Amino acid sequence: MPETLTINALQQWLHRFASEITRQADWLTELDSAIGDADHGTNMVRGTAAVVTKLDGRMTGTVQELLKAVGMTMVSTVGGASGSLYGTFFIEMARNSPADVRLNGSELENALHAGVNGVIARGHATVGDKTMIDALEPAVTALSRSLADGRQLQCSIAAAAAAATTGRDSTKPLVARKGRASYLGERSAGHIDPGAASAAILLAALAASIGEGTA
Amino acid sequence: MKKLINSPQTLLADALRGVAAAHGQLSVDFENRIVFSTAPREGRVALVSGGGSGHEPLHSGLVGAGMLDAACAGEIFTSPTPDQILAAATRVNTGAGVLFVVKNYTGDLLNFEMAAELAREQGIDVASVVVADDVAVEDSTWTAGRRGVGTTLIMEKVAGAAAARGWSLEKVHALAKRIADAGRSMGAALTSCTVPAVGKPSFDLPEDEMELGVGIHGEPGRKRVPMMSAAELSHAFVESITTDYDFSGKPVIALLTGLGGTPLIELYAMFAEVSDRLNELNITMARSLVGNYVTSLDMRGCSLTLVAADNEILDLWDAPVNTPALRWND
Repeated sequence: MPETLTINALQQWLHRFASEITRQADWLTELDSAIGDADHGTNMVRGTAAVVTKLDGRMTGTVQELLKAVGMTMVSTVGGASGSLYGTFFIEMARNSPADVRLNGSELENALHAGVNGVIARGHATVGDKTMIDALEPAVTALSRSLADGRQLQCSIAAAAAAATTGRDSTKPLVARKGRASYLGERSAGHIDPGAASAAILLAALAASIGEGTA
Repeated sequence: MKKLINSPQTLLADALRGVAAAHGQLSVDFENRIVFSTAPREGRVALVSGGGSGHEPLHSGLVGAGMLDAACAGEIFTSPTPDQILAAATRVNTGAGVLFVVKNYTGDLLNFEMAAELAREQGIDVASVVVADDVAVEDSTWTAGRRGVGTTLIMEKVAGAAAARGWSLEKVHALAKRIADAGRSMGAALTSCTVPAVGKPSFDLPEDEMELGVGIHGEPGRKRVPMMSAAELSHAFVESITTDYDFSGKPVIALLTGLGGTPLIELYAMFAEVSDRLNELNITMARSLVGNYVTSLDMRGCSLTLVAADNEILDLWDAPVNTPALRWND
């Protein structure tokens, strides 16, 4: 079983993230119209499409360069708080990735942890605030635990994606304490957080693409 | 929706073309949506601000000698992006550093914070100051903290004058923070605004009610109350603001801004009442400004800002300024 993730696999991840965001854009916007300003789907489609355009233009380079380009593209095209948070996620991943064309399990683990910690530092949110952190934090914890238990990379990433989905669903009863949904107070309860929903898509896309792209 | 636009999608670009056409002393970067001052800034600290569009003349109308060096325009009610802010900082930096003036909204905070990190990586000395002066938020359901409104303009004027006098970044930053600490605002809406891309009012407000403590994007306020007279509303504003901060013994700079859809005659009627009420409270109104300065598209209503000043701040307030919206002594 392959235990490294090539740059091609990372590119497949980002392509799949973009296509899944497009497929689920209406749902994301619907979630956002309940507790935000109804633009999360539109903004994420614009940002991930720009990432795909960027990737198609340059198929070479290191993992570091690839992730940094993705982060900068999301920052400048998604807009608002989400653009800054997703951009920070990828830029921090890049800063903590090898200047190489592949990542092994522990390098991926380090990079994802750095990405999530970057989002936490930027947005000052913690688990339970009803944000994307509710999906991201359990995902990286599950990944670490699974790798520590000696399970294979693909299986560990699947565990991370499952944890992200559970984390996404856990936001439904919560009262938002950060971001625009917090303006609604008690009225924010009863709805899944759109940021947690798009973050779960990000992890699901990674799990789906690793099966195809490991080497 | 009845609006003088070509299309919602081109409104911001069209407006920036208008700014460039009307104000020869400004230079507009259409690609990055930045309005620059062409006033000389050799060797001195530069001021950069920005935010969602729809609050004009904040910020693009406050660019020019003695005030902002650059204003980054986001989409309507959407923060500008870090690359946009970085482009502004890079162009105005003279080596003396750049001060970012940021209003306290999540998107603005995150994007300016990121831009500051990117600028520092390029060797630009950046300091940021956050305006969070809206007293309406204290008792509301908001947890993102107080919003930034009218104190922003007063800070941009005073800190801009200090930068023009050659103050260091550290000193300009400390001054801006003093203004942030000493400014309080309160507003009310008689009608909702209509975001062009949405095409209908952001909220419904019955003919006989007003939203007290409204935000400048149409966010909910403290409470919905029966319509008040100018005297009653002025009293409510002064009461909320002076309960939150002790202005006694300090000269005050007062700003009464319309929210975009209220005629000046009503703003002056309001201001007369504000002035009387401050007199009754023995608060000295040292300087004042009345007009449409921090707006919310076509919303009807107004917002009062009081900043506790001192002789140094008043002297900087009186210093020459030449921008589309503020111009004196130049």
